Amino acid sequence: MSSSRPGSDFASMYDLEITHAPDAGGHFGRFGGRFAAETLMQPLKEIEAAFFEAWADDAFHAERLDLLEHYVGRATPLYHAERLSNQNGGAQIYLKREDLTHTGAHKINNTIGQGLLARRMEKKRVIAETGAGQHGVATATVAAMFGMKCDIYMGREDMARQMPNVLRMRLLGAKVIPVDSGTATLKDAVNEALRNWVATCEDTFYIFGTAAGPHPYPLLVRQFHTVIGQEARAQILKQAGRLPDVAVACVGGGSNAMGLLHPFRDDAAVKLVAVEAAGYGLKTGKHAASLAAGKAGILHGNLTYLLEDDEGQVQRTHSISAGLDYPGVGPELAFMLEEGRLQLDAATDEEAMAALQLLTRSEGIIPALESSHALAAGARIAQSMRQDQIVIINLSGRGDKDMDTVFRHLGWLEDAS
Amino acid sequence: MSRRLTDLFARCKADSRAALVGYLTAGDPDVATSRALLLALADKSDILEIGMPFSDPMADGPVIQAASERALAAGTHINDVFALTRTVRDAYPDLGIVLMGYANVPYAMGFDIFAEKASAAGADAVLIVDIPPEEGHICDAAFKVHELDRILLLSPTSTDERIRLACDSGSGFIYYVSLTGITGADMGDVRLIQQKVAHIQAISAAAGNQMPVCVGFGVKTPAQAAQVARFADGVVVGSHFVARIADSGSSDETLAAITASANHMRRAVQTATAGTAS
Repeated sequence: MSSSRPGSDFASMYDLEITHAPDAGGHFGRFGGRFAAETLMQPLKEIEAAFFEAWADDAFHAERLDLLEHYVGRATPLYHAERLSNQNGGAQIYLKREDLTHTGAHKINNTIGQGLLARRMEKKRVIAETGAGQHGVATATVAAMFGMKCDIYMGREDMARQMPNVLRMRLLGAKVIPVDSGTATLKDAVNEALRNWVATCEDTFYIFGTAAGPHPYPLLVRQFHTVIGQEARAQILKQAGRLPDVAVACVGGGSNAMGLLHPFRDDAAVKLVAVEAAGYGLKTGKHAASLAAGKAGILHGNLTYLLEDDEGQVQRTHSISAGLDYPGVGPELAFMLEEGRLQLDAATDEEAMAALQLLTRSEGIIPALESSHALAAGARIAQSMRQDQIVIINLSGRGDKDMDTVFRHLGWLEDAS
Repeated sequence: MSRRLTDLFARCKADSRAALVGYLTAGDPDVATSRALLLALADKSDILEIGMPFSDPMADGPVIQAASERALAAGTHINDVFALTRTVRDAYPDLGIVLMGYANVPYAMGFDIFAEKASAAGADAVLIVDIPPEEGHICDAAFKVHELDRILLLSPTSTDERIRLACDSGSGFIYYVSLTGITGADMGDVRLIQQKVAHIQAISAAAGNQMPVCVGFGVKTPAQAAQVARFADGVVVGSHFVARIADSGSSDETLAAITASANHMRRAVQTATAGTAS
């Protein structure tokens, strides 16, 4: 199947076979599923059908991969961070440079895919939720390119801490709708986007930003992001002549994690590590580590790990990084954890901030705060390994959007509050 | 179907009228006031839907979202919901009672325990907005053991296949969502609603499991309630009542407002003779 697009070396890099698929109802073991309001059941089934039809269509992939190559800038480099590796000690650290994609984060891989689906389904308008604003920017970008109307739902608290992205979305022609309900962060933005979609599903496609939500979104988002891990796998084989010992990604909902980790799933010798946001520390209760500290629950259309109280009320989370500040996690990651295929790690706000500075000073790369969590844990893991071993860390996004937060943290700006 | 719901719809049918289904969120604005409000609404309703407050009510509009927030801020726990249900049941033995909410609250308790407590409190049925028939495997057995009807929703986007699925998987009555949207939005074209309800009733009859169809979401005025009552088996009014709580000051004032609204709705539904739709 993968070699069926004549004349494209680029396209032949990618394997289009869907492995580890959920069951027909979208369940990964006991997780996932489609816990949606009745009004959304039919639209979700239509998206599922459109996805499977598109995925089997060479023309769809030809256009998708062409955009990924010439518009997004794929393949992204796999960079051997030698100075960082030496300063850190231990294993060799390779960075998957998703920060170099158009719009500055991995999110665009998915919005290109879902945007093409939306166009295929003849939808005139797209909506999305966003936390850090990266998914919002990536959605607004694709909407501009395809000429679609675009509304982005964003918690008011997130708008304040990610103002540059809010302004970018506006510049791209999207409307950013502030969400004040609940905790005014990512989970509430999802609620509000769902409420809008229920009323507009006839002409509107909901471009969901992470590998969570009701079926088929966890599958869709994973498939559109597997380019990350498939490239990384081929690149490390070429550059180092062997597979990595460890692959590391940060986890909010799980889109960059599934993108990097999924293609290594059948390589039993490769450890897969998901790094959650430990906020002020797991013991303080002020964090966003749903896999480490949550329990199984149902939110936003799927059964997964949630941070909630004893009676199932979803809790307020904390992370310095808006993109990780979410009380749930993709259902497939919950499944992989229970299956024993996934190892958990966590990084606090302070550790992420230190990792951001370490990479900036050692390699001249300013990572996003989200990705800095993966760096913090990945570097720590590397220290306990031999020099001839390899750790791949997903550098899921660049840090431009976080400069205000970083400067305040360093005391270079007067804190307005 | 529970004896009580069967009898109640039969009584309404004998009177040639639709059932009035009233909704309030339990614990809104606080448990003590909520007790008085639920009893007042129960007095005028055929069926009372008691909302279980949840932190993330995704299918609800601003009015019922605010109700959940008020109830949780006032410290309403799931056991308070059961206690309120028990109070209403003791006062109104023939009233239909439906517990309504989102999956995560019963899931956190465990469906077996939840169903046992709901049944012991006197509920007849449970409506969980985000458990469609396809995911019923997590709760259906527990509800069956404790003889609770599972109310399923249908909407304008439901295909014939989904209508059959709901008739096969649900019991008690079908809750038809009159609009593609959230609770409290504007009601759609009443003729389209009537057509879809007739279509659901026909499919349900052909499937050999004729269930009453109640229409909700967006019924805000007594005039709208009367229009719907002419063809539906029941009319659900929620946001309209809940809005009285947000608008009123003291608990006495709120109680008076709910009582007055419930009276208006009751009269509208009762005087709209069934089967005389224009």
